[in-house]
Amino acid sequence: MSEHIFPIRACFLVWIALMALMILTVFLSTVPMGHALNTIVALIIASMKAALVLLFFMHLKYESYKLSGVVFGAGLFWLLILFGLSLVDYLSRGTSGVPGH
Amino acid sequence: MEQQRESSTLGMWIFLVTEIMFFGGLFTAYLIFRIAYPDVWDMGSQHMEFWPGTINTVILLCSSFTVAASVYFIQRGQNKMTALLLFLTVLMGCGFLCVKAYEYHNHWEEGTIPGPLWTYNTVHNPDGTTRPAPHQLQLFFYLYFVMTGLHALHVTIGIGILAVVAFWAWQGKYTAEYHNPVHISGLYWHFVDLVWIYLFPLLYLISNKHTAG
Amino acid sequence: MATVAQPIERQNYLNANYGWKSWLLTTDHKRIALLYLISITFMFFVGGFFATMIRLELLTPAGDLMTSDTYNKMFSMHGIVMVFFFLVPSIPATLGNFLIPMMLGAKDLAFPRINLLSWYIYMVSAVLMIYVIITGGVDTGWTFYAPFSTTYSNTNVVLAGIAIFINGFSSILTGLNFIVTTHRMRAPGMTWNRMPLFVWSHYATSVIQVLGTPVIAITVLLVAIERIWHVGIFDPKVGGDPVLFQHLFWFYSHPAVYIMILPSMAVMSEVITCFSRKRIFGYQFVALASIAIAVLGFLVWAHHLFVAGISAYAALVFSLLSYFVAVPSAIKVFNWTATMYKGQISYATPMLYAFGFIGLFTMGGLTGLFLAALGIDVHVTDTYFVIAHFHFIMVGGAVMAYLSGIHFWWPKITGRMYPEAWGKIAAGLVFIGFNLTFLPQFILGYVGMPRRYHAYSGEFQVLNVLSTAGASILAVGYLLPLVYLLWSLRYGELAGNNPWNAVGLEWMTSSPPPTFNFEETPVVTWEAYQYDDVPQEVPVGR
Repeated sequence: MSEHIFPIRACFLVWIALMALMILTVFLSTVPMGHALNTIVALIIASMKAALVLLFFMHLKYESYKLSGVVFGAGLFWLLILFGLSLVDYLSRGTSGVPGH
Repeated sequence: MEQQRESSTLGMWIFLVTEIMFFGGLFTAYLIFRIAYPDVWDMGSQHMEFWPGTINTVILLCSSFTVAASVYFIQRGQNKMTALLLFLTVLMGCGFLCVKAYEYHNHWEEGTIPGPLWTYNTVHNPDGTTRPAPHQLQLFFYLYFVMTGLHALHVTIGIGILAVVAFWAWQGKYTAEYHNPVHISGLYWHFVDLVWIYLFPLLYLISNKHTAG
Repeated sequence: MATVAQPIERQNYLNANYGWKSWLLTTDHKRIALLYLISITFMFFVGGFFATMIRLELLTPAGDLMTSDTYNKMFSMHGIVMVFFFLVPSIPATLGNFLIPMMLGAKDLAFPRINLLSWYIYMVSAVLMIYVIITGGVDTGWTFYAPFSTTYSNTNVVLAGIAIFINGFSSILTGLNFIVTTHRMRAPGMTWNRMPLFVWSHYATSVIQVLGTPVIAITVLLVAIERIWHVGIFDPKVGGDPVLFQHLFWFYSHPAVYIMILPSMAVMSEVITCFSRKRIFGYQFVALASIAIAVLGFLVWAHHLFVAGISAYAALVFSLLSYFVAVPSAIKVFNWTATMYKGQISYATPMLYAFGFIGLFTMGGLTGLFLAALGIDVHVTDTYFVIAHFHFIMVGGAVMAYLSGIHFWWPKITGRMYPEAWGKIAAGLVFIGFNLTFLPQFILGYVGMPRRYHAYSGEFQVLNVLSTAGASILAVGYLLPLVYLLWSLRYGELAGNNPWNAVGLEWMTSSPPPTFNFEETPVVTWEAYQYDDVPQEVPVGR
């Protein structure tokens, strides 16, 4: 059977890491760094937590069948398309010099 | 068996991608309006209660651990342990929902349910004076309720699925050779956790000042 | 032509079991395809009824057949039913379901029970939508823009939205099933590059279905919530933005048009190669063009918002991207044309529809480029030019390809041949009727007739009358196959395994196929479209 078994000890370590990151994000949110930086830091830590869950708990790192990771990556990429191209509109409203655009 | 496992795993990942895009529409709206109304978002975040939010995050992260552990045990054929861990996960999920219900109730008392029930129209300044609440605050709360509400719906569905899987695991339906349903239900639960991992900082941690709650 | 009813002897998927339970609880992809065929045909004629009402009203400049509110409901229900209940599922749920496992040498799809669930979900959504129709329909247009849909419309928007939400699950599950089947269930030796292009196109379609449909699901949900709750993200009173609705709506609905056309292109690749007796020209290009359409199709949605109030910069970006998306479609048309060049062309009914497709799809696609140009779009947006553009692609393209595929694979599905002469007559009527209906609409739009109006200025009447006349011919063209295809079920000539001498795994098994498709799992050692090694004649027109 080629299914990878993720050892219980490793599960436990990932859980500790997740708890630590959570405490970190809460702590850093109380440190004023300016809105932009606070947000970026919070999102980076959230992404680290997400990566731990995805790679270890959801086995993406160890799946011999790599397609699942590709599928998830595609989903993420498409989300970025939705965000990015919508922002192309919203961030440039009012910049053209043409009234109403 | 391997073929089946890989097919059902692939199927579940594709389904999770649809869930990503489903929540994605809400995150897009959140993104656009946060950029448009940063101060309102700051204010809105201060109305989020810190401890319920943090406790819920802890609950979900722990529940991801119990789910991952349950997969470990069924891979070794220890179905009773698996069932217990899944049952524990179900309990934690219910705990999450109770905390959310408590929060929603508090918002109702506060008058911050958007729409006809909204009564939060005055903001009290630190120096004792008042000012009208910005009308975009309703927008923040609308997104808060829809995003956490939809998330809570997915938690509820996850609880249902895991309860059934826990029961069948206890009955011995799954073995070391065959336990696809445990594996893919686990994936679904981890996804529910992933959404919360992002909702928590985006809704609760925007402002530097946290309300204890 | 024999009219004595000849029963089919051998055991196949149709006579393997009898009784309604064996159909309603089936997991056989072929039976599910037939269940879909029946439902989708019904919904097509429901949508066609609304089209008839529209064309009747537009015979005269005055709005004298119905009130403007009723007219709004006519075009709204026409759009909703045709888009969500016919075009999106049409080829994938019928031909895709039936053929993909066979083309790959598999016994069934990856998840047969989810396939059945997909049909039930479709039926629930269809019943709900019929209920919406009976209780007055909606008048928001199939695009149900905020704030009319969220605040001001007095029709059953919430229930219609729920029906579309449920329908979306059907689409997602079908797409999910196709993707996993293509990755996991190919027969030994069937590499990606040996698959029929029909499968490549459906794979691309499925990717769009999986990634795009959830966004319309959340959008429709948000409209329903806003309607019920009287507040929402599209509501300017709380700082929301109605244009955000349009962004979210079109993020799905533009790729949705590629969901509707890619399966049509799938059929074309199969039909054109068979009736030219030639391998496809540029297999790799056609395969990758399908994927390119799926990806690029997601990058252009705001070309529907050019006059909605987006920034000028965004309009420029989306205009440029919209030009790019035309390229892979053009590549496919060139490749099909090159396939036909120096081929042994025969003019069976499926091929006649294919000719129609190539010409009409090209015209429709090119007029899309007109619309992608900002200057022209400002002039013709929300006029009949746009209506003509998308009907050329959807009706002149997708529906013709659907009919082409139904006729091509009819002998395989039923074991019977349809009457070829009638097939040709119907194809001719469809082509003539279609052009008479929609060509005048390009002109109407250009000279200024707006869409979604039931009364119009007198100078537009002649073209409108021509259009309605064309529609009546088109209607006959669509009703004829309904009649003769049903007739052929009992009286049609028995078809052999391969009446067209076509190449492909599905033609190597019996007509109708056995329940598990193949007596033994085939082992594939040949490339796709090996038309060099088969007889050059197509036994046509029997």
